[in-house]
Amino acid sequence: MKCTKCGGKAVVPIKRHNAAFCAEHFFEYFENQVERAIKEHRMFRRGDKILVAVSGGKDSLAVWDVLLRMGYEAHGLYIDLGIGEYSQRSKEKVLKFAEQRGATLRVVSIEEEFGLGTPEFARKAGRPACSACGLNKRYLFNREALRGGYDVIVTGHNLDDEAATLLGNILNWNVGYLARQSPVLEATAPNLVKKAKPLYRLTEREIASYCVLRGIDYIVEECPMAKGAKSIEYKYLLNQLEELSPGAKARFFFGFLEKGRPHFEAEQEKVEVRPCQVCGQPTTAEVCAHCRMLQRVGAAAAP
Amino acid sequence: MKVTVPIPVKKVYEMKGPKRVQEILKELGLPYESVIVIYQQDLLTPDAVVPDDAEIEVRPAISGGEA
Repeated sequence: MKCTKCGGKAVVPIKRHNAAFCAEHFFEYFENQVERAIKEHRMFRRGDKILVAVSGGKDSLAVWDVLLRMGYEAHGLYIDLGIGEYSQRSKEKVLKFAEQRGATLRVVSIEEEFGLGTPEFARKAGRPACSACGLNKRYLFNREALRGGYDVIVTGHNLDDEAATLLGNILNWNVGYLARQSPVLEATAPNLVKKAKPLYRLTEREIASYCVLRGIDYIVEECPMAKGAKSIEYKYLLNQLEELSPGAKARFFFGFLEKGRPHFEAEQEKVEVRPCQVCGQPTTAEVCAHCRMLQRVGAAAAP
Repeated sequence: MKVTVPIPVKKVYEMKGPKRVQEILKELGLPYESVIVIYQQDLLTPDAVVPDDAEIEVRPAISGGEA
């Protein structure tokens, strides 16, 4: 297989673009897709202070790497979830990545914050692990971004994540989520930091390929708490569709953004957002879902 | 050849080579879209032929959970 641009040996074929690239031209393609995502959705500008949520996995390290290469002021935020050896190994990967690049990294520990690691926390909260973990992470991302004066929080969400989430939301007709699913979530309330997903145009295979070709040492193993997650099943189904019809995932998600989401957005009822009485972060209730969860678990939140 | 699939549980398969990557993936039941194939720190495309004495890694690229 030959590179579409230079005729050299290709290492990454991309059927949906009817193309294949050598390493050099794949990096060019990758940066172009990220640049396009940033510009089309006005995610951030040069000079903005960016906080990248990093887990040690391929997506978050890839987005941090590419933003640093593109010259953005991107700092990392690692949340130690307290999931035994998995968290230790992922933390080592993130520390090494930051050290090699001389990049700024903030580290927060769930155990130090709330007194419990994620498995025990989720059990006490009576929630599925991914749900409790997601709520903790979203709270800490926003709090750390506010504390550090960041303009935007960046996550490593990719095309497969977005297509799988969309499939799940459609299968269950979660119209509220369908109205909000977007590559950029604006800061629509005081104390809410904007969120952006610059990798949303790239697939997981492309991102894993980027990491291997760039020599990024990411944690390959799956989070032990995510085993059996619906999102993984949806991704396999979508990849089977992609094999039959290259570009299916991109058409599904990009088509939704263009033609589907505006409909759900228009239908959505306006809800009043106010500061949580406990932590001050924005919520539609008197006490936010995160603080209610902490109350159930018997932990206290630092404002 | 030796084919290692590291996750969800590490498995090592012995296969007779030479064989194309797309045939290896078909035998493993893994769509190319959901994996990367690594040989000597380089990536193999579906049309690449893997020699009998090679050791390759078929690494799933899919991750899950709520972000």
